[in-house]
Amino acid sequence: MIKSFKNNIKGILIEGLTLSSALLIIAIIVVMIAVIVIGGKDQISWEFLTSFPEDGMTKGGIFPAIYGTALLVIIMSVAAVPFGTITAIYLTEYANENAIIAKVIRFAVRTLAVIPSIIYGLFGLGFFIKFVGVQMDNTFMGGQLKWGQPNILWASLTMALLTLPVVIVSVEEALKTVPKDLRAASLALGATKWQTIWKVVLPGSISGIMTGTILAVSRGAGEVAPILFTGVAYYVATLPASFSDQFMVLGYHIYVMTTQSANVDQTLPIQFGTTLVLLALTFILNISAIVLRYRIRQKKSN
Amino acid sequence: MTVEKILTENMDLYYGAKQALKKISIKIPEKKVTAFIGPSGCGKSTFLRSLNRMNDLIDGVKIEGNILIDGINIYDHNIDVVTLRKKVGMVFQKSNPFAKSIYENIAYGPRINGLKDRKQLDEIVETALKNAAIWDEVKDRLGDSALGLSGGQQQRLCIARTLAVNPEIVLMDEPASALDPLSTSKIEELIVQLKENYTIVIVTHNMQQAARISDNTAFFYLGELIEYDKTKKLFTNPDKKQTEDYITGRFG
Amino acid sequence: MTKKTKKGKKSTENSSGLIDITQRKFRWSDYLAEKIIKGVAYLSITIVVLIFIFVFRESFPIFKTGKAPAKTEASAEVQETYGEVTDQSNAPEVQETYGEVTDQSADSNVQETYGEVTDKSSQSADSDKSYTVSAGSGFDDNRSALKSLLTKDWVPVSENPRYGIIALIIGTFKITVISILFAAPIAILAALYTASFASRRMKEIIKPTIELLAGFPSVVIGFFALMVLASFLQSMFHYDTRLNSFVGGIAMGIAAIPIIFTITEDALTAVPKTFNEASLALGASKWQTAFFVILPAATPGIFAAVLLGIGRVFGETMIALMATGNAALMGLNPFESVRTLAATIGAEMAEVVFGDTHYNVLFLIGSLLFIFTFILNAIAEFYVKGKLMKRIQGK
Repeated sequence: MIKSFKNNIKGILIEGLTLSSALLIIAIIVVMIAVIVIGGKDQISWEFLTSFPEDGMTKGGIFPAIYGTALLVIIMSVAAVPFGTITAIYLTEYANENAIIAKVIRFAVRTLAVIPSIIYGLFGLGFFIKFVGVQMDNTFMGGQLKWGQPNILWASLTMALLTLPVVIVSVEEALKTVPKDLRAASLALGATKWQTIWKVVLPGSISGIMTGTILAVSRGAGEVAPILFTGVAYYVATLPASFSDQFMVLGYHIYVMTTQSANVDQTLPIQFGTTLVLLALTFILNISAIVLRYRIRQKKSN
Repeated sequence: MTVEKILTENMDLYYGAKQALKKISIKIPEKKVTAFIGPSGCGKSTFLRSLNRMNDLIDGVKIEGNILIDGINIYDHNIDVVTLRKKVGMVFQKSNPFAKSIYENIAYGPRINGLKDRKQLDEIVETALKNAAIWDEVKDRLGDSALGLSGGQQQRLCIARTLAVNPEIVLMDEPASALDPLSTSKIEELIVQLKENYTIVIVTHNMQQAARISDNTAFFYLGELIEYDKTKKLFTNPDKKQTEDYITGRFG
Repeated sequence: MTKKTKKGKKSTENSSGLIDITQRKFRWSDYLAEKIIKGVAYLSITIVVLIFIFVFRESFPIFKTGKAPAKTEASAEVQETYGEVTDQSNAPEVQETYGEVTDQSADSNVQETYGEVTDKSSQSADSDKSYTVSAGSGFDDNRSALKSLLTKDWVPVSENPRYGIIALIIGTFKITVISILFAAPIAILAALYTASFASRRMKEIIKPTIELLAGFPSVVIGFFALMVLASFLQSMFHYDTRLNSFVGGIAMGIAAIPIIFTITEDALTAVPKTFNEASLALGASKWQTAFFVILPAATPGIFAAVLLGIGRVFGETMIALMATGNAALMGLNPFESVRTLAATIGAEMAEVVFGDTHYNVLFLIGSLLFIFTFILNAIAEFYVKGKLMKRIQGK
C-alpha cells in the first residue's frame, strides 16, 4: 500500500514536471506574441504599411521593406518550388529507396536543411556575386560592375537554396499520400510513367506543393542572415525595379533599427510595429501551412 | 476449336530469394472467361499481375520461363511495356477511380493515347460506359466526381475505363470481393457479356462465382498450378485430391 | 529503328488486327522528363558540394603565405547601403559592451575597430561612400594572420590586425552550452508529456503551437530578447552587462526548442506500441513505462534531436548579433558579453574589402561552421539512425 502510494506521488510529480515543461514552452510563445502585439498594435496603420520611411528612418512607414520582402519571396519561390518539387518527384517516383544515389540525395537534402543560414550568405557572396556575377559582368558588361555586386536576384537565389529542403520535404510527404492503386490504375491503362506522374500523381498532391511553398515563403520572409551581404540594404530611396537593384526587407529593417540606428529609443514604436508585421505575416503563413498539412495527413490516414 | 491467347511455359517467379510461382504452364483461350481460384497467398494474383507486367513495379521480382501472348514472349527485351498494358487491361480488387469526373476517368486512357477530338472522346466514353452497363446510371452526371459513386458503380466505372482503351485481354483481380451481392451479380453479368469481345482472366476467392461465370478454371495452391480444366469438369469431377478438398471446403 | 510513330490504333495494330507489342517505342516526353528530373535531383548534391567548394575557396588564400598579395579590388562593393553602421552615441547597450571590452583587454584595439565605422553617417542613401580600411600588404598579412589565428585577440581592423578566433570559438561554445542546458530538458520533457501523458486534445494544442514557434523568424526572437528578455533577466539576476551570453543563450534556446521537441517526439512515438503494452501489462504504471521503457528506447533519437539543436544554435546569427553584446571575451562567466563565430561573419562581412585577409578569415570561420554542422548532421544521420534501428527492431 505505502509503496504504491509513494509511486502515485512520484507519478503525479513526474507527469506534472513534463506537463509544466510543455506549458512553459507555450507560455514563452504566448508572452512573445503578446509583447510584440501590445508593443506594436498602435503603430499599425494603413499609412505605416504603405508609406516610405522619413526623417532618417525615425518616422514614416515601412512600405519598401514590405515590398522588398514580397519581391524576395516571389523570386525565391519561382526558383525553389519547381526545383524542390522535381527533386521530391525523383525521390518518391524514380529513385529506388535503397539505391545509393537516393540515399546520397536524401543526405544532401538534410544537410542543406541544417547548414546555418549565414553559410548560405557566404555562399551567395562567394558563388553568385563573386563568381557568377563577376563572370557575367566580364562577359556581357565589358567588365563594368552590374551583376558582381549584391542585388535582389542573388539574394533571392540564395534564399531559394535555403528553402529548397523545406519544399522537398513537404512535397515528398504529399506525393506519398497519393495511393499506389492510382498509379497502378494509370499504368495499367497504358499510361507511361511520366504521364502517370503528370496527370495523376501531381494533381493529387497540389495541396502538398502549396504547403511546401507556404512554408518556404514563411521561412524566406523571416530569414535575414543569408541576405545580409547578398543584396539587402539599410535604406534605399526607391523600390527595386530590376534584378540588379538592392532592396529593403522587414527582418533586416528590424535588425538595423534595433542595433544600428541613430535613435533606438525614438524609433521604438516603429521597431515594434515592424516586428509585429513580420510576425503576423509568418504567423498567417505558418498557420495555413499547418492546417493544410493536417488535412493531407488526415487524407493519408483515411 | 478456340485459339489460345495466352500461353505460359514453365514460368517461375521469385520475390528476392523466395519462389512465389513454380513451373506454371497454362493455355488461356481467346474470348473465354478463365478463372483462377485458390486460397489466399497461393500465387494466383501474382500470376495475374505477371500477364501485363505489373509486377515490374515491385523491386526484386524475377521471372523465368516464357509468357507468350499471341505467340510473343512479353518479357522479351524489345517489348513495349506501355503498349502491352494497352493490349492487356486490368481491373483491380479495390476500385480505384481517379479523383476526376466520371467523364475524365473514362477519357483518361484515350487522352493519354493522344486523342483530342471531343466528339470521338464523347463516343468512346458513351460506348465504354454502355459496355460496362453503367451508362444509364451516370449519363446525366458525367461531370460529377467519380468518387461520389457507390462501390459497385465505381468498380463498373473502372471496368469501363479499362474498356475505353480497347484492350484485347482484361485481367480482373477479385473485382467483386469488396462489393455487396447485388453489385456483385451486376459485375458477373457484365463479365459474361464481355467475353464476346474480350479474353477475360479473373482471379476470385469465391468458388461459386468461378463456377457461375467462367469457362475454364485453374486451381492454384502454394505457388503451383494444381489443376486446370473446363469449369464444369473441375467443379464436378476434379482429378486431384487437393482440388477436391478445396472446392468442397475442406481447407483454405 | 523505331521513330516516333503516329499515335492512334493504326500504328499499333499489325496485319492480323491485333495490337503489336514488339515495337519498342521511344517516347521523347518520358525520356526527357526522366533526364530532367534526375538532373534536378542531383542538384541538391551539387549545391552541397558547391557550398563546400566556394566557402573554402574564399578562405583558401590565407594559407598561401608565399604568394602574391591578396587581390584588393576596387572596394566599390562596400557600400553604405549595407547599413552595418554603428552609431555609438545612440545605441546605449551596444556602447556599453564595447566600453567593457576596452576595459578588460588593455592592449586591444576594439575601440579603434568600431571607431572606424562610427563616423559614418547612418541613414544616407546613395551619397557618401565611406570605406573601411583597405587591404594591407599581401603575404605578410597572411602570414601574421595565420599565426594569430590561434590567439585570443580578435582585432581584425587595426594597424596590426590580429585574427585570434579562440575567443570566438569559446564564446560560441559557451552560448551553445547555455542554450542547450536550457532548451534540451524543457523540450525533451515536453515531448515526453506529449507522447506519453497528453490527451488527444492536449496533443492537438501543443504540437501545432510548438510548430508555430519553429516558424518564428530568428530576428523576431532576437528582437524579443533584446527588448524584453534582457531587461527581465537582468532584473532577476542582477548582473551588470545587459546583453550577454546568458541572454543570448536563452534566446537561442527558444529557437532550438521546436527542433529538439519535434525530433524527440517523433522518436518517442516511433517506439513500438508493444513495448508500451508489455510494460503496462507487467504492472508498471504509466510514468514508469514512460521513463524506464519508452525514454530509454528512444535515446538515440533524442541524442539526434539534441545534436540538431546544437547545430541550430551554433550557426544562429541574428539572435547572436542582437542579444549577446558582441564582445570577443574569453571568460567563462555567463553574464559577460560574448561574440560568436556566426555573429562575427554577420557583423563584419559587409564591411570588409573583397580579397582582403579579413575577408578570407571570415570565410575560414564560415568553413569551420560548415564543417561542424556537417559533422553533427552526419552523426545524427548515420550513427544515431543505426543505433535506433538496433534498439527498436533488434537488427
